[in-house]
Amino acid sequence: MRLQLHIWRQKNSREPGRLVPYAVQADEHMSFLEMLDVLNAELIRKGEDPIAFDHDCREGICGACSLVIDGVPHGPRAATTTCQIHMREFPDGAEITIEPWRAYAFPVVKDLMVDRSALDRIIAAGGYVSVRTGAAPDANAIPIGKNTAEKAFDYAACIGCGACVAACPNASAMLFVGAKVSHLALLPQGQVERTARASRMIAAMDAESFGGCSNHGECEAVCPKSISLDAIAKLNREFMRAVATGES
Amino acid sequence: MQLDAKLPSGPLREKWDKHRFELKLVNPANKRKYRIIVVGSGLAGSSAAASLAELGYDVDCFCIQDSPRRAHSIAAQGGINAAKNHQNDGDSIWRLFYDTVKGGDFRAREANVYRLAQISVDIIDQCVAQGVPFAREYGGMLDNRSFGGAQVSRTFYARGQTGQQLLLGAYSALMRMVDAGKVRMHVRHEMLDLVLVDGHARGIVTRDLLTGEIGPWAADAVVLCTGGYGNVFYLSTNAKASNVTAAFRCYKRGAGFANPCFTQIHPTCIPQSGNYQSKLTLMSESLRNDGRVWVPRRLELVGRKPSEIPETDRYYYLEERYPSFGNLVPRDVASRAAKKVCDDGLGVGIAVGGRRNAVYLDFADSITRLGRKVISDRYANLFDMYERIAGESPYEVPMRIYPAVHYTMGGLWVDYNLMSTIPGLHVLGEANFSDHGANRLGASALMQGLADGYFVLPYTIGHYLSTMHKGKFGVERPEFAEVVRQQQAQTRRLLALKGQRPVDDIHRELGRIMWDYCGMGRNGDGLRKALAAIPELRERFWTEASVPGSGEETNPWLEHAGRVVDFLQFAELMCIDALERDESCGGHFREEHQTPEGEAVRDDERFCHVTVWEDRGDDAAPAQHREPLTFENVKLATRSYK
Repeated sequence: MRLQLHIWRQKNSREPGRLVPYAVQADEHMSFLEMLDVLNAELIRKGEDPIAFDHDCREGICGACSLVIDGVPHGPRAATTTCQIHMREFPDGAEITIEPWRAYAFPVVKDLMVDRSALDRIIAAGGYVSVRTGAAPDANAIPIGKNTAEKAFDYAACIGCGACVAACPNASAMLFVGAKVSHLALLPQGQVERTARASRMIAAMDAESFGGCSNHGECEAVCPKSISLDAIAKLNREFMRAVATGES
Repeated sequence: MQLDAKLPSGPLREKWDKHRFELKLVNPANKRKYRIIVVGSGLAGSSAAASLAELGYDVDCFCIQDSPRRAHSIAAQGGINAAKNHQNDGDSIWRLFYDTVKGGDFRAREANVYRLAQISVDIIDQCVAQGVPFAREYGGMLDNRSFGGAQVSRTFYARGQTGQQLLLGAYSALMRMVDAGKVRMHVRHEMLDLVLVDGHARGIVTRDLLTGEIGPWAADAVVLCTGGYGNVFYLSTNAKASNVTAAFRCYKRGAGFANPCFTQIHPTCIPQSGNYQSKLTLMSESLRNDGRVWVPRRLELVGRKPSEIPETDRYYYLEERYPSFGNLVPRDVASRAAKKVCDDGLGVGIAVGGRRNAVYLDFADSITRLGRKVISDRYANLFDMYERIAGESPYEVPMRIYPAVHYTMGGLWVDYNLMSTIPGLHVLGEANFSDHGANRLGASALMQGLADGYFVLPYTIGHYLSTMHKGKFGVERPEFAEVVRQQQAQTRRLLALKGQRPVDDIHRELGRIMWDYCGMGRNGDGLRKALAAIPELRERFWTEASVPGSGEETNPWLEHAGRVVDFLQFAELMCIDALERDESCGGHFREEHQTPEGEAVRDDERFCHVTVWEDRGDDAAPAQHREPLTFENVKLATRSYK
């Protein structure tokens, strides 16, 4: 299959970028990233500058890959990361636009790579249970109902890719923050630091200049792990709880 | 090279307790004066960095990814073993120890494996306390599943994403210590080399993958947690950036490399669909419980659609060759059987490079017998994943599967304290060689990575610091500038390459050599061919390769080129080791040593040892050393699946 691509090229975070057209011959069995590998191999053979993009596991779990494909983070297939998109999703002769995540808090590093370290800084501000190695009680000492464990897992499944931010018109990170806050607020282990965690993580999120949620729901639509918008409702409740208890 | 494993004396059950008491401690007030470098942020690295920081050490942690949470441990699916005996099915620390030693085909140290089994129970407690959402029963207690190589249910799991949840737990502990100012996290930094001062590991040299800057870091000890080297085969289930560079540079600086030929091949992966293939994806081997493996019986049927091959013309080779175990033979046996039918020309699916390397895993009989719903309840997520990648529904068309490289049991040699032959250099997780012998059991990799990081290194590193470590100094020592200079020169050499061939292409060629001659089946002739082909390819790298861009910017092609240069040297060491080990054991199958039925034949007389290689420079053959393995508590037996 023959494809016409428009790819965002940007030398570094200081210089402006632009869309550059490329043509590539692909195969319908290729993954989207393999299609870019083929293009890059051609560019290298021609002595041209290949296109940088983040990727690693290529099986949808590490959260590194991050492309906006025809305006949609992670492309056309629901609940699927960029690396798991295959070219059979596109018709022969398709014209495809490929851009990086777009958000003030995610500066472009080069071409399609962005800096998502803001997400790590939010986790550092309380996205954990403070338990020293060796200080744990017996694992079965705290029973957790099957349904509660399953629900906590649904939120804990977040891969930290940042697609929620890229999809949001406000570049809000509330689905990401809400997922971690909800995961730990649902579990007995997370209770002691529950309110402090919510308020600290929200403060860290604001300090990184992410926007607020105004209920567009784009984040849930693009989330490769189908994390529910309920996480944001829960985050708001946890924040109110912190305010009410004077811990905010 | 001295190989003193420092195994404690006394009965097996008491060794670790006794050893912990004998280890020298570092005064709590003095711990903050010691700086420790941890390289890698997977299960071993994150758990070690967090635990050391909690003790009070001053930690610098490095990873090549843009976040420590993306280390390849994240991709582990199945679970983590622990001898909790929650199922009341007769499990015990002794049984987990025995299963692991036997599963490793009697090529691991008894004392290490016993310690691993002892610690396994504490790991589960720690992870649960962090909030890891393990699967639960309705009463709220932890659930278990069974796994290969064991007759008890001791595997704890979090859906098919256990590695992800355990890594996020360790990552949360790490980020807590970042928040406390006790760990400085350096993302997108790649270790290029180790710095020795007076023979001790006292720092590393890294490339900042954003700016290209090559810089030195000094410390009082170095902890390497950089994973395995499966990507020497180019195609593997490893993440694309996984590499051998950090471990190999330590080998070049004098660390012994143990059993490099021990590689694990996983039987059920999604096969290659074209020459452009960039990696392989594993499908849980639990699928073999309900799928039947077959290929066309005769060559003239090859290339037909599966629906056009009548039942009588289907060759259910596992069921026919292994009537009692059938489709459930162990990983290595299933893998080799698939290779054999494909080598005989009976493979199915898409021909890549003239070969059809795939077999069918057919669920039609199970769907007829149990109904589509039951199969969907068991495997829906796996079937969906397969369909996304292969573009076919396993409910309608048989899955195509083929074995793929998955894990490497070999690694840097370490003693009981996890210290390499270089004083101060400690090696954890898949990067070391300990515990799994010649074959790793399922759900044991996560156990080992976390055992090393949470519960072994935090004790043993103090012993090094208080008994062997000497002198305080920083990067002003001339040894640092010298290594920086060498690495800058290497970078310039790579960027000056004038060829036209992408490095990826050369890496792929290396992978084919390794897969053909040092893969699932190995023999003397093939290994000698590889040992001729690898140096020749290594020479061609320097004339054919092209490395675009500069050294003062983000340059993924320069990073990859550096890793491939090391793979091109390391591949030779693997083949030398595979040739030297003239027996079959675990994942190392020497075709000269098999029973008439195709089973592996060990040679305990000649090879009941760890082979450790010492570098003698680029132009000389490595020196071979041996650590004999003694079994005082288990009897060496032949594994049988008939």
